[in-house]
Amino acid sequence: MANKAYQKTYTQLEAITKATVSLRAQGVSNDELAVVDGRLSQVVKTKGDLITLQVFSGTEGIPNNAAVTFLGEPPTLHVSEQLSGRFFNAYGHPIDGGPEVEGEIRQIGGPSVNPYKRKQPSEIIPTGIAGIDLNNTLVSGQKIPFFADADQPYNNVMAQVALRADVDKIILGGMGLTNDDYLYFKHEFESAGALDKIISFVNTTEQPPVERLLIPDMALTAAEYFAVDKNEKVLVLLTDMTLYADALSIVSNRMDQIPSKDSMPGSLYSDLAKIYEKAVQLPDGGSITIIAVTTLNDGDITHAIPDNTGYITEGQLYLRNDPDSGKVIIDPFRSLSRLKQLVQGKKTRDDHSQVMNASVRLYSDAQNAKTKLENGFDLSDYDLRCLDYAKDYATEILAIDVNINITEMLDTAWKLFAKYFSPAETGIKQVFVDKYWPSK
Amino acid sequence: MKSTGKVTGIVSNLVTVECNGPVSQNEICFIKVGDTKLMAEVIKVNGKSAAVQVFESTRGLKNGDEVEFENRMLEVTLGPGLLSSCYDGLQNDLTTMTGVFLKKGEYTDPLNHEKLWDFTPLAKEGDKVVAADWLGNVKEGWLDHKIMVPFSFKGEFTVKCVAEAGQYNIDQTIAVLVNEEGEEVKVNMTQKWPVKVAVKGYKEKPRPNRIMETGVRVIDTLNPIAEGGTGFIPGPFGCGKTVLQHAIAKQGDADVIVMAACGERANEVVEIFTEFPELIDPHTGRHLMERTTIICNTSNMPVAAREASVYTAMTLCEYYRAMGLKVLLLADSTSRWAQALREMSNRMEELPGADAFPVDLSAIISNFYARAGMVVLNNGQTGAVTFLGTVSPAGGNLKEPVTESTKKAARCFYALEQNRADKKRYPAVNPIDSYSKYLEYPEIREHLAERIAPGWVEMVEKAKNIVRKGRDASEQINILGDDGVPMTYHELFWKSELVDFVILQQDAFDSIDALCPIERQRFMLELVLRICDAKFEFENFEECRNFFKELINTLRQMNYSEFHSEAFENYNNQINNILNNGK
Repeated sequence: MANKAYQKTYTQLEAITKATVSLRAQGVSNDELAVVDGRLSQVVKTKGDLITLQVFSGTEGIPNNAAVTFLGEPPTLHVSEQLSGRFFNAYGHPIDGGPEVEGEIRQIGGPSVNPYKRKQPSEIIPTGIAGIDLNNTLVSGQKIPFFADADQPYNNVMAQVALRADVDKIILGGMGLTNDDYLYFKHEFESAGALDKIISFVNTTEQPPVERLLIPDMALTAAEYFAVDKNEKVLVLLTDMTLYADALSIVSNRMDQIPSKDSMPGSLYSDLAKIYEKAVQLPDGGSITIIAVTTLNDGDITHAIPDNTGYITEGQLYLRNDPDSGKVIIDPFRSLSRLKQLVQGKKTRDDHSQVMNASVRLYSDAQNAKTKLENGFDLSDYDLRCLDYAKDYATEILAIDVNINITEMLDTAWKLFAKYFSPAETGIKQVFVDKYWPSK
Repeated sequence: MKSTGKVTGIVSNLVTVECNGPVSQNEICFIKVGDTKLMAEVIKVNGKSAAVQVFESTRGLKNGDEVEFENRMLEVTLGPGLLSSCYDGLQNDLTTMTGVFLKKGEYTDPLNHEKLWDFTPLAKEGDKVVAADWLGNVKEGWLDHKIMVPFSFKGEFTVKCVAEAGQYNIDQTIAVLVNEEGEEVKVNMTQKWPVKVAVKGYKEKPRPNRIMETGVRVIDTLNPIAEGGTGFIPGPFGCGKTVLQHAIAKQGDADVIVMAACGERANEVVEIFTEFPELIDPHTGRHLMERTTIICNTSNMPVAAREASVYTAMTLCEYYRAMGLKVLLLADSTSRWAQALREMSNRMEELPGADAFPVDLSAIISNFYARAGMVVLNNGQTGAVTFLGTVSPAGGNLKEPVTESTKKAARCFYALEQNRADKKRYPAVNPIDSYSKYLEYPEIREHLAERIAPGWVEMVEKAKNIVRKGRDASEQINILGDDGVPMTYHELFWKSELVDFVILQQDAFDSIDALCPIERQRFMLELVLRICDAKFEFENFEECRNFFKELINTLRQMNYSEFHSEAFENYNNQINNILNNGK
């Protein structure tokens, strides 16, 4: 840390907790950075001249006579084209052995875009995965998380989506990544030959949890540089937001705040919204799209973290192991892309939304038939057809290893309709049936 | 004399200020940070120390920073030019701000001071007037905007003079009034009003006596909301709250619509900015934006201003109501507002109530809902504010403080159901749990019989009963199996599916089905009930299912066809043939 000449050094701490230290000091501003015993920390509370600092790397071993200097400004990041292809830690320092980045200094966690200046997202982000493109189409400027259990391959799916997406920059914000996952991302990016358009900010499980709080702001400050200043299409990947929220609760707990649901801070909604709402379609063509991961506890989406996330993001994607097809699928019932109607039928074929709805409805009938089967009842002819359809639908459409374009997906769905059902059973508008029903 | 003070403590946006003069609860102050001033509101006073919530980020704020108190509460400016505007929660005009990002401490004027308006006097010299009486008329686009005696004026006034018909800007004097003490007061086209105080200035507030049509079948047919009524839509995320609210905003039969985007997604507001100037109001043929004002405080904008935004929106509604207009207020979502209250209460270290919400949450919510309503103005004309709020219950569980408090305050309840949403049965309003208390009002029942059809409410009850019986039958079928129940169970189940698919479900993204006028709702309900009344004989449940599936498909095609078009009549004839030939 560069110390400035006029800076006063304090050496008397009043209190130390696991995440914070307090001391008496004058002329300190809110959100300002400080160095406590060589560790970076930030002002989170002032009461008279009693200042509370959140120490990002934890307070283990800090003595109560530790040296404290204030840096006079909130956390910053140097931004320039040199960011491309680099790996950084939570403070924005390189961890790939390369030189420090030179460029303009920007405060992280900056202001919001004026909602009136935003543009309506309208560009599709195709991924080749039919469970996403057909049923839950992604749009640039959207924010959407994967809700996944810990044992599901969410990081792999996310890496796959990122590398197939047609964007100018991919920015990875890794919070509490295991070292193995970090190396997986690094390897995937390198072997795709796409390293020059990827920027990574990584905090691994080996590093202190509170540091994670800086990762999303770092990643999004870089994203805003490319999207606002350079008019580029930026895709930001944030994994795992549950660990980010856990870090928030650690800090608020140390500051004696009254917890609300699930021992999360009362401000969880606003804290998460500040991050996700950075997703934007800008007037000059640049955009920030956020794909995040929120890990669940045994599929429980009523927990405060996924619950608040769901209210903020524009939909959510669920992964599920489908025993019938033996594949990991994108769950068509709970998954949702709220922006899909901005592109479906407009940037894709006109039958898109009807085909999507009909195919999911029939899949739902198959689930009912399955329940009947499990309860030991006889199945009707329709039920049996639904079950066969469901297996094909899961394999050819929902599975995450599908990689086809959207027109092929629609044709596949029509093929399955014709194989198992009559037009009336699909309930699709007659004009589309006339146009697309496969002739025998 | 304005009081001043100095900052002595900061926790996020809660700042304590040591004051050197009197301060009042809810007073507005400005904190100087460098060369910007941050607006804040007093939320607690303790001796010489005041706790203020800052409506901006407090980054860079220091102890010792200077504070100036304003001697007024948070207020809005009322006058011509509000319509079609887009404001933030503090009524800053978002359209006149510069740059892509919101700048801290940038406050913009809500109204244009240069623009000239066509004024025609309504009052004349010698008239006795009181607050909210009309002095003149201004053409605000298509709307007759009344210039009123300011709401804050107490007692009776005599009109000394009113400006002649002509063009004036909002700051020019358009009338001079004389109060009971003989003092002259000048009035221009604008006035200010503190947002947290309900606007009075009407003669009485009778019970609502007619419905507000929305073109949404689950609302108009099943559980109508009254003009001047209140309702709320709770639902887990992904159940279509916003889509339903936007549908109501597009189609609702109101003169003026105020949409308060309170702590929700920015892209949803962008959708309104983008689509409303293009879309046509089905009632008047004008562009939707011409009747819409947006108050926008999205989730990433300062938390404290979220609370202010719903009050700002309500005050604008009350202002237009005082002109004798039908106003609809849509707030999405009131849970975010409650959460903002919780964040502040938490920072002030108050003892928390349920789920850490402040203990007076229920009182705050019911006070707010009470500001809606139909009123009879002093001149005998009527105006109405209809309020429909959404609630985002944590974990989708309706037994949480915001939902429960709102349930006590609102008269219509539209429960969105995860299960229906999962099956893509939109709008996912639960037909059994939802209710409209207005259906119990004799005056509303009379109005419905006259407006739609004699015996209408009885028909609606019948349809609800079919759904209820169908649910029971479906449970029995699930327990006992298709063959384990009598044929009548299958028939009951499929009749409820018929009501579900044809009446309850509606495609908000289909240009025709999205808007269903009340005459068409009547036609479809009568048709569906006629089918449900018919006697059928089925060999087996498969035959029953196939029969109803065909019927449902035909009726859905009808919903997608233009009312009384050739295609529509063809489908109608097909249905009639089936009914006449029997089964």
